[in-house]
Amino acid sequence: MTDLSKVLVAPPKAGLTDESEGMRYLERLPRKLVTVYLPLGIIVLVLLFPFYWMAITAIKPKEHLLDLNSHNPFITWSPTLDHIYELLFKTDYPLWLWNTMMISVAATILALLASIFAAYAIVRIRYRGAQLVGGLIFLAYLVPPSILFIPLATVVFEYGLFDTPFALILTYPTILIPFSTWLLMGYFKTIPFELEECALIDGASRWQILWKIVIPLAIPGLISAGIFCLTLCWNEFIYALTFINSTENKTVPVAIVTAFTDGDQYRWGSLMAGALVGSLPLVILYSFFVEHYVSAMTGAVKE
Amino acid sequence: MPEAVIREPAPAMAAPSAWSRLKVNRGWLAFWFMMPAAAFLVLFLAYPLGLGIWLSFTDARIGRPGEFIGLENYEWLVDDSKFLLAVFNTLFYTIVASAVKFAIGLYLAILLNNHLPFRALIRAIVLIPFIVPTVLSAIAFWWIFDPQFSIVSWSLRQMGFIKANVDFLGDAWNARWSVIFVNVWRGVPFIAITLLAGLQTVQPSLYEAATIDGASRWQMFRFITYPLLTPIIAVVMTFSVLFTFTDFQLIKVLTNGQPAGATELMATLSYNRAILGSKIGEGAAISTAMIPFLLACILISWFGLQRRKWQHGEAND
Repeated sequence: MTDLSKVLVAPPKAGLTDESEGMRYLERLPRKLVTVYLPLGIIVLVLLFPFYWMAITAIKPKEHLLDLNSHNPFITWSPTLDHIYELLFKTDYPLWLWNTMMISVAATILALLASIFAAYAIVRIRYRGAQLVGGLIFLAYLVPPSILFIPLATVVFEYGLFDTPFALILTYPTILIPFSTWLLMGYFKTIPFELEECALIDGASRWQILWKIVIPLAIPGLISAGIFCLTLCWNEFIYALTFINSTENKTVPVAIVTAFTDGDQYRWGSLMAGALVGSLPLVILYSFFVEHYVSAMTGAVKE
Repeated sequence: MPEAVIREPAPAMAAPSAWSRLKVNRGWLAFWFMMPAAAFLVLFLAYPLGLGIWLSFTDARIGRPGEFIGLENYEWLVDDSKFLLAVFNTLFYTIVASAVKFAIGLYLAILLNNHLPFRALIRAIVLIPFIVPTVLSAIAFWWIFDPQFSIVSWSLRQMGFIKANVDFLGDAWNARWSVIFVNVWRGVPFIAITLLAGLQTVQPSLYEAATIDGASRWQMFRFITYPLLTPIIAVVMTFSVLFTFTDFQLIKVLTNGQPAGATELMATLSYNRAILGSKIGEGAAISTAMIPFLLACILISWFGLQRRKWQHGEAND
């Protein structure tokens, strides 16, 4: 076994850490090309193709859309902003985008505030039953919206919130709070308790400790939770579909499904432009905070 | 010990007033701190959950509070072929999609765990399908699966594999496989990235030791990677199964349960019955029928977590 002999012969490098080199010198490029790069390339291609197709459809001239044979469908030499122009100036799209943003931001802020208090109380005030409450919040995380929307629709109706943005602003936090509380609990646990002890000795109240010590130190956690919450709100569909009726109150995902499908003549260009413009804000936000996003996603699972 | 600090201060020179005592009382403080989250979760989660179960025993309709009718809704459902088909579809969809998502997700995680140039960038790109709202990417797939102008059909035709366009969403089994494909496409990034985080915590020295002992790649995976990854797999797959089982958006946008109910899931059926058909009681019964499945998932996750504690030799904290 040549690999083994090489391991035995190779002189141990001084100060070699697990992270840096390891057994990497055993890998050879041609082999890696087939076992790693090729499958990875195929998977990434499949993952990205729908977005490429969405984007290219959104900028293709109308007459090329349904004519796959006379032009190469994979590329366009005469890009046009017609569809996007139509979308932004001839439909209610900007309004829907505004609704989506406003509802997402409001729900995220509410959820973060509630989660900060709850997480702090569970981790640091440690009242009797805090463990149990933590467990219950985790269980709430596992209740999917699809089994709640029917009774919730009647609740929303009873409270007189039906067809108002508040129907969504107040119900989205139920999806967000369990997740962000759980995430923030993890962050708060990492903040040294000694800092709070000092503050307590100096006569700070719990409220001051929370706002002046704990929150500034937990900013990365708050960003992670906030971004994740924003994405979840933006993505939410079933509540928005059920609780909102009038066109001017709809959010992008719901509006786009109901508005651009007139009869059986689908306006593919506008539809794709709408999908593209609706996802761009999230993708841009995500590109700035990839690390926070990943840590939110994995942190919530690991805890 | 945190507890030591929070205890009320010992009575010093002057006896503190009732108010200042209350201000530092742990239970009282905790009550106010928990209040906002509890209000949201009780009003909009726990109460509707209970209400949903209650509604499933009534004949409520939109605009009319129902009367208690016992198990009648469920008795109807047992004989309802559409419901039974939806249960079959949901189970099929969940099992196949979750298994494929797990396999590809784990494979992708292992690929990404190699030393790659621009690994951070690749990881960021891989997550994009998970970021983009499901409805919007489903619309893109709707266009890709178009019966006449599908780019996939066109490419396959150009390459000479098929003569006529594939009817992706018009044929029962084609539609089932198409929605499963889209679900897998959307779910793989989440599983891959979370499992990658788990993989990165595995000590490379374990693999080095195994190599010296002459272990094959498969053996290394089977006896090092897999056991160390089980706890995180348990959690990730619970979430994945849970949300695949209760999937709604994808189906609603791509097929709306068509053709002839072949892709109708329990969630979409309950929407159709309760909101579109205004039979709230019946819809609630369908939703409630999903709960036993969800409980099973949660129990599996619970035992997965227990096992982690046992493996790491930690006390229950």
